[in-house]
Amino acid sequence: MEKLKSLLKRKKDLLSVYFTAGFPDIESTTKVLKSLEKAGVDFVEIGMPYSDPLADGPVIQNSSTRALKNGMSLKKLFEQLSSISAEISIPMILMGYLNPVLKFGVGEFVEQCKTNNISGLILPDLPYETYMDEYQELFTKNGISNIFLITPQTPEERVRKLDKASTSFIYMVSSAAVTGARDGLSPQQIEYFERINDMELTNPRMVGFGISNHQTFSDVCLHAHGAIVGSAFIKHLEQSGDDEEGIINFIKGLKG
Amino acid sequence: MSTSFQPDERGFYGPFGGAYIPEMLIPNIENLRNNYLRIINSESFRKDFKNLLEDYAGRPSPLYHAGRLSEHYGCNIWLKREDLNHTGSHKINNTIGQILLANEMGKKRIIAETGAGQHGVATATVCALMGLDCIVYMGETDMERQAPNVARMKMLGADVRPAMSGSRTLKDATNEALRDWIANPLDTFYLIGSVVGPHPYPDLVARLQSVISGEIQWQMRNKTGNSNPDYVVACVGGGSNAAGSFYHFLNEPDVKLIGAEASGEGLTSGKTAASIAMGETGVIHGSMTYLMQTDDGQITEPYSISAGLDYPGIGPLHSWLSKTGRAKYLSVTDQEALDAALLLTRKEGIIPALESAHALAALDQLELKSEENVVVTVSGRGDKDMKTYMERFNLK
Repeated sequence: MEKLKSLLKRKKDLLSVYFTAGFPDIESTTKVLKSLEKAGVDFVEIGMPYSDPLADGPVIQNSSTRALKNGMSLKKLFEQLSSISAEISIPMILMGYLNPVLKFGVGEFVEQCKTNNISGLILPDLPYETYMDEYQELFTKNGISNIFLITPQTPEERVRKLDKASTSFIYMVSSAAVTGARDGLSPQQIEYFERINDMELTNPRMVGFGISNHQTFSDVCLHAHGAIVGSAFIKHLEQSGDDEEGIINFIKGLKG
Repeated sequence: MSTSFQPDERGFYGPFGGAYIPEMLIPNIENLRNNYLRIINSESFRKDFKNLLEDYAGRPSPLYHAGRLSEHYGCNIWLKREDLNHTGSHKINNTIGQILLANEMGKKRIIAETGAGQHGVATATVCALMGLDCIVYMGETDMERQAPNVARMKMLGADVRPAMSGSRTLKDATNEALRDWIANPLDTFYLIGSVVGPHPYPDLVARLQSVISGEIQWQMRNKTGNSNPDYVVACVGGGSNAAGSFYHFLNEPDVKLIGAEASGEGLTSGKTAASIAMGETGVIHGSMTYLMQTDDGQITEPYSISAGLDYPGIGPLHSWLSKTGRAKYLSVTDQEALDAALLLTRKEGIIPALESAHALAALDQLELKSEENVVVTVSGRGDKDMKTYMERFNLK
């Protein structure tokens, strides 16, 4: 968590990239991770594939289905991470859904996260209220930052509550939609980003959902601390595989 | 202190239920949670709901003493005839209630998921009635095996969208409906078809379906002098007709409550939908409940001959009723359901839906005594299943 916090403090216009563990091949996880670090990505979100990813569009859904077919599991992911976490210096966040974590055992899961230098967790279907009641103490004690989402529909009072419970950044969902590419920023989106900026929250915001190219990335950076790219990168992996040079060029294209 | 079978304010029945949903759905769910009780308890809602149930859906549905089936089982079998409702199943009770709620909340676009197509048809029906846009998500596999219902929905003006992920059945259709709601948070009402999903849906749907048990009470009293039968038996997929059939009897310990789950080709065959028998606690579609999952916490693809029971989870109320022992859940195979469907048809001249046939088949597993009164909810009619019946009974 400290690594992520200090990064957020010292640098702006951050680029974070999401990829699904075990996609396109089971052994891609470590290869993609190393390539993203080499490409100069500021931090990564590693997707823990799930059979029923409610908040994801077709691109990430398909990558999850394929990763599960490849044999990916939390146990396998932690094995892969333990083989490489010493070589990775950028902060790593795990993103996925609650059920596999519950089945794995929340205590054991958090323990594994700590061992493998995981800075934070994004569990979209872990609601704030349950987190506060059951998980906050455990996560904090182990140096794991829980990352909350906000959307254009989140009322101001709730945004403040989520800000108060946040310990690294707030994941700002760019519009009402599941993950996946969209064309450019609308005036309504910019108004939403600025409305949130005017609230002078404690935690910086990273914008995700629909950030697919250099244009959307740099536009978003004008209104937030940085952006998260997911589906567009998964599409790249789908088309061009996990080749290092390809990944470096893709990231170059994003950063411009 | 007696066990409560009502959810607490966060929607928990014991450890089950709650609202495990992404932040994107929170404003909609909170809006619903803050308003549903006020609206459905209001005088105007109750009046409109009652009028539509009676004049449009044809309620009350008869409680029929099935003489020849009673003789067969050596006790008194009473059939709660939800199959006689408009659109052919109990689903219309819920859709009438929720469409009135959607109207009251000013929502103009209705989305729904469907398995067998019964809830889809019931939703498309009330949308036509109210002049609202209707989008129904249905697994591609189900669209094939329930083609007549797809045609009915289309004729009613609904946009039927195939769910193409997973096993392409009810679970996947529910995922798609939730994704649609995430993408359309302002004008859209998610008209869920069973006692599943995030709070307050399980409670909302149970309350709307409780018209079934409310009628059973006074019908039993009129016919036998005692409002409590010895048994109430209903099939369980998500569990809405069972929740509705049990509701008024939850605090009547003399009434034994029996749910019939679909075990498909058998509990250990790997092709089953018996969530209570084979499931473990986990989160599905926003609710903590028993669900069928792998050792890695991935949700298992369910299987049942009956599209309406082909769901890997179960409503949280049922998980709680099972855990507390208030209700007992029995497993019924495809073949047992088919046999029971044929038996009812030949004994009583009633062709039941495959879902309801599971409830009828559960009678074989009960030790029934001659003076006992057993209510079985016939949740739907078999017209939609004629293709399966034709194949399995060589009727061509």
